[in-house]
Amino acid sequence: MKDTDIKKLLYAHLLCIFSIILSVLIPPLFLENFSILETHLTWLCICSGVVTAVNLVLYLVVKPNTSSKRSSLSHKVTRVLKCCIYFLMSCFIFHVIFVLYGAPLIELVLETFLFAVILSTFTTVPCLCLLGPRLKAWLRVFSRNGVTSIWENSLQITTISSLVGAWLGAFPIPLDWERPWQVWPISCTLGATFGYVAGLLISPLWIYWNRKQLSYKNN
Amino acid sequence: MRLGSGTFAACCVVIEVLGIAVFLRGFFPVPVRSSAGAEHRTEPPAPEPSAGSSSNWTKLPPPLFSKVVIVLIDALRDDFLFGSKGVKFMPYTTYLVEKGASHSFVAEAKPPTVTMPRIKALTTGSLPGFVDVVRNLNSPTLLEDNVIRQAKAAGKRMIFYGDETWVKLFPKHFVEYDGTTSFFVSDYTEVDNNVTRHLDKVLKREDWDMLILHYLGLDHIGHISGPSSPLIGHKLSEMDNILMKIHTSLLSQEREGLSPSLLVLCGDHGMSDTGSHGASSTGEVNTPLILISSAFERKPGDIRHPKRVQQTDLAATLAIGLSVPIPKDSVGSLIVPVIEGRPMRDQMRFLHLNTVQLSKLLQENVPSYEKDPGFEQFKVSEKLHGNWIKLYLEESHSEVLFNLGTKVLRQYLDALKTLSLALSTQVAQYDVYSMMVGTAVVLEVLTLLLLSIPQALRRQAKVDIPLSSPAFSLLFYLMFLVLSAIHIIVCTSAESSCYFCGLLWPVAGGVMVLMSALLCAIVSVLTKMFISKSLPSKNPAHPNSRWSELDLLIVFGTVGHVLSLGASSFVEEEHQTWYFLVNTLCLALSQELYRNCFLEDDGEPQHHFHMEPGIVDATPGLPYRTGCDVWEQDTVRERLSLSDMLRGREKWMALASPWLILACCRLLRSLNQTGVQWAHRPDFGHWLTRGIIEARFVYVFVLGILFTGTKDLLKSQVIATDFKIKTVGLWEIHSGLVLLAALLFRPHNLPVLAFSLLIQTVLTKFIWKPLRHDAAEITVMHYWFGQAFFYFQGNSNNIATVDISAGFVGLDTYVEIPAMFLTAFGTYAGPVLWASHLVHFLSSVSSDSALSHACFCYALICSIPVSTYIILVTSLRYHLFIWSVFSPKLLYEGMHLLITAAICVFFTAMDQASLTNS
Repeated sequence: MKDTDIKKLLYAHLLCIFSIILSVLIPPLFLENFSILETHLTWLCICSGVVTAVNLVLYLVVKPNTSSKRSSLSHKVTRVLKCCIYFLMSCFIFHVIFVLYGAPLIELVLETFLFAVILSTFTTVPCLCLLGPRLKAWLRVFSRNGVTSIWENSLQITTISSLVGAWLGAFPIPLDWERPWQVWPISCTLGATFGYVAGLLISPLWIYWNRKQLSYKNN
Repeated sequence: MRLGSGTFAACCVVIEVLGIAVFLRGFFPVPVRSSAGAEHRTEPPAPEPSAGSSSNWTKLPPPLFSKVVIVLIDALRDDFLFGSKGVKFMPYTTYLVEKGASHSFVAEAKPPTVTMPRIKALTTGSLPGFVDVVRNLNSPTLLEDNVIRQAKAAGKRMIFYGDETWVKLFPKHFVEYDGTTSFFVSDYTEVDNNVTRHLDKVLKREDWDMLILHYLGLDHIGHISGPSSPLIGHKLSEMDNILMKIHTSLLSQEREGLSPSLLVLCGDHGMSDTGSHGASSTGEVNTPLILISSAFERKPGDIRHPKRVQQTDLAATLAIGLSVPIPKDSVGSLIVPVIEGRPMRDQMRFLHLNTVQLSKLLQENVPSYEKDPGFEQFKVSEKLHGNWIKLYLEESHSEVLFNLGTKVLRQYLDALKTLSLALSTQVAQYDVYSMMVGTAVVLEVLTLLLLSIPQALRRQAKVDIPLSSPAFSLLFYLMFLVLSAIHIIVCTSAESSCYFCGLLWPVAGGVMVLMSALLCAIVSVLTKMFISKSLPSKNPAHPNSRWSELDLLIVFGTVGHVLSLGASSFVEEEHQTWYFLVNTLCLALSQELYRNCFLEDDGEPQHHFHMEPGIVDATPGLPYRTGCDVWEQDTVRERLSLSDMLRGREKWMALASPWLILACCRLLRSLNQTGVQWAHRPDFGHWLTRGIIEARFVYVFVLGILFTGTKDLLKSQVIATDFKIKTVGLWEIHSGLVLLAALLFRPHNLPVLAFSLLIQTVLTKFIWKPLRHDAAEITVMHYWFGQAFFYFQGNSNNIATVDISAGFVGLDTYVEIPAMFLTAFGTYAGPVLWASHLVHFLSSVSSDSALSHACFCYALICSIPVSTYIILVTSLRYHLFIWSVFSPKLLYEGMHLLITAAICVFFTAMDQASLTNS
């Protein structure tokens, strides 16, 4: 049971990584002058779209939380709407946090907001897929000893690692190397992306190594 | 010996201050000095070299110029003159530069680009040491040999108008002077009118030989509104008119039959793109230097690319031009175009005088001077010079003479260049031995502090320092012997000067006793730890104590900050590090708060799992795994769930508090843009003047409040009554300090103070009291906020941002001691206020050992960056930015450690008080 679950998790994560790689490789075939650094905003949009799509597909195909009850159509619609609102909220909250961290208030608003969008894509979208729009469940997952399945465990790891990646991505900004990727918010978005990919890779391995020690309450 | 951990930490920090002092003394090199010292003993000028035949030209050559006028414009940047601004606003000067009889150069000023060291460099020709900046305001008489003194000794009559720093540097040197003060920065009109008003009268008279004018207005405009302000243009055209007036007057005097005069236009330093100065950006370092005299040939020069010279070259040139001896400490070389019009014999004579002076300086400062390439070149050229003189006196063929002469001149120029370079780099010699001694002391103290963490944070808050065990004494004597042997070997074989060797024997011996004692203490603590570890652990209380996210953040934040000090950009932008860390801290706190709040009133059974700092987990994460059981037991007993503590509206306020703090921080960070990269972002205007009497009025209040605070503290210590009085006393002291800070801050910085108080209140009420962090965590948080506020105030790691005007509040004139104290307090107000709040907070939350834990943590967290930084600086001492970025930071760190020591002593005093009470 557990090993097959871990395998499923690994495949799902590999698919996510593959989608990110594709978002870098495919657009140059259609768009002229596409490069991650120069047309960074385009890449951000494409990447966040692709990752969201893959997450949704995975959610529909894999259906990790089997306990979901059957529900009416209207219930489903409100659920989807709620998810959208949550996603937008998280984008705005991230935006506010970036400004609080010192991002310029008026200039570069679009850049800052797209960074918020991509970070939400890496963190909020998987949460919404897996846990649904329930804040209590989110708080439970992100507190110590609160996870109840390997899916939640991997969600915890990827989310934290993308946040930490974005956090670490801010470090090179003050350095005087004058590289194109030091411009706000490129280093942070790249940091978040690398953090997300690292989290995707690490979480199945970590769960695999610790599968003896892990005992989930609901399993 | 058993010590309270607070006392122990205070002692450690005091010792560390000593170590840092020794290190600083070794790190900041003594400037190159002639050992002849300040005596007026004038040596006869070097005679002209001659091979065999007698040339008895032993006197100095006659002066080139009858009169010299120096127009020094403070903060004149090279592009103000040679750039588009010069063409637009200074038409006369541009005409002179392009077509007149003049030579124009870009003179490079060495950092620190502050007025007094620059004046010293211009007049002495030496490179003032970095430490001179600190003495900038309190300018004592210039003791080193300089052009002004030499000119006075030669009987020249000098007149000075302008910045009064000159009057302080050269008292009794000028026959007539009028000083203007540079401390009313908002005045940029009167300060220059006060100089110009004398001009008409002086220019008509003929009873002077040298006129020096120092205009401050441009610098003031730069400080107020930066280099792109429209005011700059007006000021430049004013200066242009003044220059025209002086030049035409000089020309008319020359027509009356006097020998040519020299007009020098120069800047002492430039200005950065924000209008400040002090560091080493191109704008600050490059100043124009224009020499105008009818003795020069008129030749169309290329205005776009003036030649580069050093600022120190002016002293030697002036000395030659006035026919006085070149200052002994000068490392500059003669600006050759000035003497190009003279006969070849004179040219050689001038160059010879300069090389002799430089090589003498080299002999006195470098032990192995004979191997120096510059010295060898000098010997060769002197010999050639002699041959040339012999030929000249024998009146041989003129063409041969000319060819040989050009060769000699070229040889001399090479020698000059090499010698000057060798001497300039000599300034960057480090006294490695003193640095090592200082580092060793600091590192030993740090190791001791780190090793005693488990002991110090235990319930009793006592540290066992083994100072008298026998094995230890044997090791002690061995160590002492070894160190003395090293000392003797190093000092007897040392080639360059060494501060530590120059100390008296008892003092050096004392330092060595200290070092070996510290080492032995470390060894014995280590052995003790080893033994106790090999024994079965007696208290298995903490095996499962995990670190909370907050502790992880604190540890990683501290380590990350310390590591970031290795990169010059991070030193320049250190405020960014602190803002980043404080923001992250707030987010972590809010996460903890939210989790506590929401999950506790969930009521679901699973809350036993995750309620990490709650009731179930009796040993929550602590920054330092061991110890701390006191605080815990207190807290576990009192720790009710958060939802019980705060009800209704209060809870929501608590939840909003981190965001409020974050918003405050964001607002504050845009109040003062400090650092380098983002310094151009707008911030509010400053530099307002303030009243003296009102300030004194406030001082009385501050003293009153501090007095009642101290009185209450003493009362609580003597009478040992209830706890309340002490808390009240501490609160009074804190408020007194806040009031003092309010007085000293620039008006636009008062929001910093207000927000600091707000954040302190919010944190106390909604976060620390409900969440019950332990003393160590609270200390670190206070320290972080203190550092962030240091930068919110507008400070940076650059000397230029020190707000010296704080030292003048309520004072009519400059009085050294109060001014120093006030400036230090004004600068470090942020950290000091947070530390005093820490004392007050911890003593109000009653716990016996909290204060001494806090003192220990404070000492530790401050000494980690210092000790790492001195190692980094030692290894980076040949870095390009060592003088502009790393050295100022080193001074800041030293000062910070001193303040920390004072704070720790205060902590310990409070702790003692509470001990006697209990």
